[in-house]
Amino acid sequence: MSAIEQATAYEAVIGLEVHVELSTATKMFCGCAIDFGGEPNSRTCPVCLGQPGSLPVPNATAIEFAIRLGLALDCEVIDSSQFHRKNYFYPDMPKNYQISQYDVAICERGHLELEVDGEARRIGIHRVHMEEDTGKTLHVGTSGRIHGADYSLVDYNRAGIPLLEVVSEPDLRSAAEAQAYLSELRAIVLTLGISDAKLEEGSMRCDANVSLRPRGATAYGTRVEVKNLNSVRSLGRAVAYEIGRQTGVLDDGVEVVQETRHWDEDAGRTSTLRAKEEVFDYRYFPDPDLVAVEPAADWVARLGKELPELPSATRARLRSAGLAAHQAASLVSTGLAPVFEDAVAAGAPADDAVKWLTNEVLGWSNEQGVESGAVALSGADLAALVAMVSDGTLSTKLARQVLDGVLAGEGTPAVVARDRGLEQVSDASELERMVDEAIAAQPAAADRVRSGNHKAIGALVGAVMKASRGQANPALVNELLRDRLISGA
Amino acid sequence: MSLTIDDVRHVANLARLALDADQLERLRDQLGRILEYAEQVSEVATDDVPPTSHPYPLRNVWRADEPRPSLDPDAARATGPAIEDGRFRVPRIIEEDA
Repeated sequence: MSAIEQATAYEAVIGLEVHVELSTATKMFCGCAIDFGGEPNSRTCPVCLGQPGSLPVPNATAIEFAIRLGLALDCEVIDSSQFHRKNYFYPDMPKNYQISQYDVAICERGHLELEVDGEARRIGIHRVHMEEDTGKTLHVGTSGRIHGADYSLVDYNRAGIPLLEVVSEPDLRSAAEAQAYLSELRAIVLTLGISDAKLEEGSMRCDANVSLRPRGATAYGTRVEVKNLNSVRSLGRAVAYEIGRQTGVLDDGVEVVQETRHWDEDAGRTSTLRAKEEVFDYRYFPDPDLVAVEPAADWVARLGKELPELPSATRARLRSAGLAAHQAASLVSTGLAPVFEDAVAAGAPADDAVKWLTNEVLGWSNEQGVESGAVALSGADLAALVAMVSDGTLSTKLARQVLDGVLAGEGTPAVVARDRGLEQVSDASELERMVDEAIAAQPAAADRVRSGNHKAIGALVGAVMKASRGQANPALVNELLRDRLISGA
Repeated sequence: MSLTIDDVRHVANLARLALDADQLERLRDQLGRILEYAEQVSEVATDDVPPTSHPYPLRNVWRADEPRPSLDPDAARATGPAIEDGRFRVPRIIEEDA
């Protein structure tokens, strides 16, 4: 069997579990503040430390965020759900249990529409449930991992931060689809403003369940759960690796082992984290300290009406305004759509605005490691920059330098151009002086132009541009040289 | 309701209790009697009585998302037996051969 036939003999079945850390001011069940960094164990209290006699009380804003995400994913908001205790012996929770939802979640049965390689895909959302985050463990030992550690150190500042777990149906069929799903979910979460959703920093976390089955089969194969996916790219690489690994296992006539595997980003492969025998008995039971969550229908209806425009709708609107699919997708996924729309409203042609954003601004944010949605560029700035290029005040090259200054916070394009001395020189007497100097400096080139070799004019234009440090208006320089050297021009 | 020795061993393992054969047998009997006692409820619970997890008919007891002071870190840490670098120090979580 050829490699390609092998690769297509099986169909991949992928489901994702995504945890979203909510950007509320306080934890899920107590008033401890949520913050980054700080002294370990400085944001704890009797509730999140599980001290006897303490009473957890749910954060109303976290419940509102859960409902808003559920609505954005077209879920049913369940009229009555409750919290359960998930019991386990692991020191990342001081209580020996995590408060979660079990039999019924706050939101169930939704879906997410994707477009992957031009194909529309509807991915089912099994449920969105509420739970609390765990503490951070630091494993001390040579490996730095839990295996082989001598002992561990625990910081409970994160324990109790509200989490939403979004569980997809096993509807994804490729690494690309899994990546598209995660990107879209992240874009929705960012649009709702309920989390900063940073995969690299762990405020959004993704586990992938991957199995294979013979193409055409309806029963599922044995699934493997892959953890430690810290970027959309990691997810794609890990899923592709797992599909390849399981294909090899099945081709060898061996069964895939049900287990949890750890993705190693540097090595580019997965390895066993824990096997099936260790599957835990969590002894879920309703938390007697917490009463039912029964959101009022009129409140849910109001939250639904107040949802912001979701990424899919924004993309559709941008496309109907004339952008290509990839341009609309890029502007929405990078958070630059509002800058684009403001720039167009301020008079910038759509083509120019999208070109500057997707080429220059994204390039700059990648280079600088700045979140693209957080760049200091207003639509008005972008429109002004585009206008300065089209009226000849700036060459494209100089405009890039002006943009750098604007993004670095030096002011509006006009201010940056003035302060950095980048305005294009269009003053005729100034240009004439530079043109005459160039002709005097390169008499041979000038003679070639005079004798009919018009291409030789390029060397003289280049000399003027160099002398002006790129600030001369090249069209005017060209025109002046032709006036001087070509008779009848 | 009768329990098997495996049931008792499973529950003991979940509770991290190491029990010998005599203790397993004795606890099977004792736990079985506790379950029988609790099963008396099924004699009165009928189909028209919904399952109950809370004694009070309360719902939607929530709090506003407003920070309150946390514990003094030293006081919080005083509840643990060993502290290192401001963190709770705990024994090895997974044995080497796991």
